[in-house]
Amino acid sequence: MSMRHTLSALVENKSGVLARISTLFAARGYNIDSLTVGETDDPSVSRMTIAVRGDAKILEQIEKQLNKLVDVIKVFEYSETKHIERDMALIKVKASKSNRAEILQIADIFRADVIDVSHENLMIEITGDEDKIQALIEMLTPFGIKEMVRTGIVAMARG
Amino acid sequence: MTQKTGAEIFIESLKKENVEIMFGIPGGQILPIFDAIYDSPIKFILTRHEQGAAHMADGYARSTGKVGVCVATSGPGATNLVTGLATAYMDSIPIVAFTGQVSTNLIGNDAFQEADTTGITRPVTKHNFLVKNVKDLAETIQKAFYIASSGRPGPVLIDIPSDVQRAATEFIWKDKVEIRSYKPTFKGHSFQIKKLADAINSAERPVLYAGGGVITSNASQELLELAEKANIPVTTTLLAMGAFPPGNELNLGMLGMHGMYWANHAMQNADLIIAVGSRFDDRCTGKLSGFAPKAKIIAHIDIDPTSISKNVNVHIPVVGDAKSILSELVGHVNKKKHPDWLKQIDHWRKEMPYGYKDDAKLRPQFVIEKINELTGGDAIVTTEVGQHQMWAAQIYRPLKPRYFISSGGLGTMGYGFPAAIGAKFGNPKKLVIDISGDGSFQMNVQELATAVLNKVNVVVCILNNAHLGMVRQWQQMFFKNRYSAVALHTQTGNAGCEPVPDFVKLAQAYGAEGFRVCKKDQVAATLEKAFKVKDKPVIIDFVVEQEENVLPMVPAGAALHEIITGLA
Repeated sequence: MSMRHTLSALVENKSGVLARISTLFAARGYNIDSLTVGETDDPSVSRMTIAVRGDAKILEQIEKQLNKLVDVIKVFEYSETKHIERDMALIKVKASKSNRAEILQIADIFRADVIDVSHENLMIEITGDEDKIQALIEMLTPFGIKEMVRTGIVAMARG
Repeated sequence: MTQKTGAEIFIESLKKENVEIMFGIPGGQILPIFDAIYDSPIKFILTRHEQGAAHMADGYARSTGKVGVCVATSGPGATNLVTGLATAYMDSIPIVAFTGQVSTNLIGNDAFQEADTTGITRPVTKHNFLVKNVKDLAETIQKAFYIASSGRPGPVLIDIPSDVQRAATEFIWKDKVEIRSYKPTFKGHSFQIKKLADAINSAERPVLYAGGGVITSNASQELLELAEKANIPVTTTLLAMGAFPPGNELNLGMLGMHGMYWANHAMQNADLIIAVGSRFDDRCTGKLSGFAPKAKIIAHIDIDPTSISKNVNVHIPVVGDAKSILSELVGHVNKKKHPDWLKQIDHWRKEMPYGYKDDAKLRPQFVIEKINELTGGDAIVTTEVGQHQMWAAQIYRPLKPRYFISSGGLGTMGYGFPAAIGAKFGNPKKLVIDISGDGSFQMNVQELATAVLNKVNVVVCILNNAHLGMVRQWQQMFFKNRYSAVALHTQTGNAGCEPVPDFVKLAQAYGAEGFRVCKKDQVAATLEKAFKVKDKPVIIDFVVEQEENVLPMVPAGAALHEIITGLA
C-alpha cells in the first residue's frame, strides 16, 4: 500500500549532497512530498527530513539507497517510532471588512498567528502536523487563498 | 616543510596507491598535472579518445583486480569519459578518474571547456569529488581509491581545477582512511550464514547462481568448495564467466536470455536458489512474475544491501564479502549428493544440447569454437556487445576468473578493444583476444593507434556479418524482418557488396597486422598465425554468415523456461 513515510537522514554538511539525494530520487523514480535541510547541533552535519510516498518495498529500497550514498551518515524512518512532526505554512487569505472577524476566529481556534494585515488580505502563520495544517487550509479555502508557502516536514523522535 | 604543488601531490599520491599505469589524454586545464607526469615513473598511455582511456582502465582493473586509473581534461575530455564510467559503474569495476577543471574563480562562468563534471558524472560514479583546496587533495585521492576498491567497487571521479593543481602545500599521507559516512559491511552475519546452511542441508534441488561479485571478491575457490561439498550445480552470469571451472560437471554455464537451456530449467525447477554476488538482472531472470516458481527459498549473498530484494524477494539475505561468507558457509554445510536432481539437469542437457548448424558455411560460432580449442580457455577474452558477445559467452570456456571481460550491465559497444589493450598492459605475458563485431569495433577503432605505438599485441577477431547483428536479429524475430538501419556495408544490405571499411587495409594503415578469413578451413591456421605475432595488434576479419541468430533465446518479457531453441 502506498503510504506517506517520513525519513530523516544525517548527511555531511557540504556542497553537492542535496544534489546527490535529489539525483537518487529522480533516477529511481521515487516521489518526494517534501524535503527540508538544515544544520544540526554539529555544524559538520546536516539533517534532511524527507517525506515520501510508497509501499514497504519501495521504502526499504529508499532507505538502503540513501545509506549507500557515501555522504549519508545515518538514515532512520519514523513510522515505528514515537515522534513529533512539524510543518509550518504561511497563508495569505482574502479578507474584507465583513469577514475579517470570522477568519480571525478560525485562526484563533487553530492557534495560528496573524502576522500581516492589509485592506484586502490577512497573512496567517500556522505550525503543526500535517492534519492540522490541512484542516486550516480547508477552513480558509472558501474565503480565497491567494498564496501559500510551506516549509515541509521536520521530525524528531520523542524521549 | 617541503611544499608540493597539487600536480606533484597527484603523482605522490598515485605512487602511494601503487599505481603503475594510467590512461588518458591531456588538455588545457590539466596541463600542470601533465607537467608532473613528464617526470613521473608511472607509465602514462596516451589514448586517442577519452572513452578508450576509461575502458582501458576498466579492462586493466577487471583483468588484474587492481584499481584502474584514467586522466582527462575538463569539458569535452570529461564528458568523453562518461560512457566508460557508466560501463564500470554498472559492472562494479574499481576505477579512479581524474579530470582537469577550470580555475576555481571561473567555475560556473561558462568558461572555455568548462563542464559541470561532478554534476554530469554523479549518476554514473560510486562517488565523486571536486577539490577546491590543494590541502584536501591528497586525502581526497586516498579516499577515492578506498571507495573505488572497497564494498561494492565502482568508479570514483576527482575533478581538480587548474589553480588547485598549481597551488602548493605540504604533502601529508595518512596511514589509514577513515570516512564516518562510509562503512561497507565485510563479514556476513553468522546467524544468517547458519540459516542458509540449514536451507542448503535440507534442499533437494539447489542451484548456485553466481555473479560478478564472486570474481570481485576472489571467491572462486570457496564457491568450488561449497558446490562440491554440498553437490550443488552452478550457473553463472555473463560477468561470472570463469568463476567456476569449465570442466566441472556441476558447471551449467550461463543462464538467462541467451543462457543454456538446462541452466534456465534448473533455475525454474530449483527448490533453493543461492545467489552469490549476482543481482537478479532482468537478462538473468526473464519475466519476474514467472521467475523460479518452484523455489521455496531464495538466498542472496551480496556486499550491497540495495541489491537484496530489489527485483526478487529474498528469504535469506546475507550481506557481506562473498569470499568471507562462502568460506564460513562451507564449514556449516553437510556433505551431500543430489543424484536425482543432477540426473534431471543432465536430461535437460541432452534434451536440448547447445549447438549450431555446422555446414560448409563460415558461421561465427565456429570461429569462437576454434579460439576455444586453440587456447584451451587459457587466454583473456574481451568482447564488445551484441551477437558475438553472446556466442563468446556460450562457447568460450575461460579457465580462470578474470579471463572473460565483457560489458554486461551497460552493454557498451566499443568496450572490448580498449578493454583488451588495458588487460594486456596488466597481463603482458598473457594472450589477449578481443572477440568483436564489425559494428562494435568501429566504435573505438581509433585505439589501434594506441595499440600499435605501444606495441600492444592483442588479437581482434571481428565476426563480420555486415550488420548490427543483434538488432537485426530482433528485427527479424520481433519486427517481421523489417531491417531498419542495421546494414553496415550498404544502405540496402545486399550481400556481396564491397565491405566498408576493409578491415585488413585499415589494420595495415595503422601499422597493425591484418588477415581476412572467408572459409572454415582457414580459421585455425589464421588464428595460429595471429597468436604468434609479437609486438603489434592483429585484426582478423572473419567474413561470416550474415543472418545467423543467437540461440537459445528467452524473448524479452517471457519466463526463463519459455525458451526458443531454434534447433530441433
